[in-house]
Amino acid sequence: MTIGSALYDVPGPRALARHRLYGGVALLLIAALIGWVVYKLFHTHQFTYRKWMPFEYRGVQDLLLRGLGNTLTAFAWTVVFALPFGALFAAGRLSDHRVVRWFATLVVEFFRAMPLLVMIFFIFVAMKVQPLWALVAGLTLYNGSVLAEVFRAGVLAVPTGQREAAFALGMRKTQVMTFVLVPQANRAMLPTIISQLVVALKDTSLGFLITFEEFLHAGKLIATNLDYDLPFIPVVMVIVPVYIGMCLLLSWLARWVEKRSRRSPKARGGAPIAEAGVVMGLPPEAQQ
Amino acid sequence: MKVLTDNLSTYWHGFLGTLELTVISGVLALLLGVLMAGFRVSPVRPLRAFGTGWVTVLRNTPLTLLFFVVVLGLPRFEIVLPFFTFAVLALGCYTSAFVCEALRSGINTVPAGQGEAARSLGMSFGQTLGVVVMPQAYRSVVAPIGSVMIALAKNSAIAGSFSVTELLGTYRTLNELGYSIIWTFVWIAVGYLVITLAISALFNLLERRVAASR
Repeated sequence: MTIGSALYDVPGPRALARHRLYGGVALLLIAALIGWVVYKLFHTHQFTYRKWMPFEYRGVQDLLLRGLGNTLTAFAWTVVFALPFGALFAAGRLSDHRVVRWFATLVVEFFRAMPLLVMIFFIFVAMKVQPLWALVAGLTLYNGSVLAEVFRAGVLAVPTGQREAAFALGMRKTQVMTFVLVPQANRAMLPTIISQLVVALKDTSLGFLITFEEFLHAGKLIATNLDYDLPFIPVVMVIVPVYIGMCLLLSWLARWVEKRSRRSPKARGGAPIAEAGVVMGLPPEAQQ
Repeated sequence: MKVLTDNLSTYWHGFLGTLELTVISGVLALLLGVLMAGFRVSPVRPLRAFGTGWVTVLRNTPLTLLFFVVVLGLPRFEIVLPFFTFAVLALGCYTSAFVCEALRSGINTVPAGQGEAARSLGMSFGQTLGVVVMPQAYRSVVAPIGSVMIALAKNSAIAGSFSVTELLGTYRTLNELGYSIIWTFVWIAVGYLVITLAISALFNLLERRVAASR
């Protein structure tokens, strides 16, 4: 169903007036909410110079930038490890050998079922790993497992004719996989893969809970400093847009890739292009 | 085994905390999610914009950051509530964005003819959506909502680091008492598995029910 067009008629004059009324009321409510927040901000003296002064200090700026750098480092390592992990276990789950298949399924299902934070705490507390590597390991195991399911779903979504045609040409199963199935699966699943990386980027903030010195941690250090008059709200107003901005950029990249792939003539007749979108749990394309 | 039998009440409290957190936030997320999905498909533009904004922002916000802002930030606005309520608010609002998107793609699976037929019978937008489209969308939405709820149960572990009693947080107590850290975590993992498997079973049952009613 194309949303909007099928659910209601083209509004006539009376319906239009009614919609305007609802819209006006909604706008008033939203404005009241924003007004209340702004009032509270001024009422609790959040815009005093003393609360914003720390951001002028070189040390504070460095602290924030270092935090941001650590967040991005953790994210980069996660991408570097999770993609091969996913590819490896997707190949394992698609293997012809039963033992390999069972082992890969067990690993993937287990790490998907465990709460990510429990794994990170386990690696950090029980195995006494450095915070950065505990975070990266946890993120790799979880996101790698989800990516394995995405890759596998992508390969399975390639029309069977492609595989049969490749075998008919005399290709071996590894060749069929690497030259025929994987390139098409990649194109189809790229939006979902990038969306999953957004999830990984968001989850780097879990490092905050195991005292990894990432962006949120740097913010907390500044926010709880008595010398700066506890500038919690100013810190929030600085770090929230940066976090959401980074995730939004990556989400938009996923959306852009989706649109571009849909237009591309290469996708015609192949696996359907997946939808971009940050999800909780398993992406819908991989649910089967 | 000794870790579990010696500390049954600690584990039990943590388990109940996680369960409570999951159920209450789940209900909040479902209510808010339905409301936001309604907003997003409504003919009123400001509501549509609000729904879109809500979903876009929350889907791109790290949950830890949301907890940080809600638990530590709202008290600065002189809103002081128990930590548990803050945790429910953060988890519920965050999850509602994902529920909304699941519902919206469910609405998309209902053939356009259904909505058109409802309109040609003279039904209003509310009736078309509530009586005709949503009940049919419900069928294809049960499985995705189930997986969102499982993810919610797993995400509730974050609340433990923000002063809420829940399952993962029990490791601190047991660690101080000097129990084997590995076994402590094994039983915590078992606790989470019990909850997620129960949710999964519940939604499988629902799915079968809905499928049978066709």
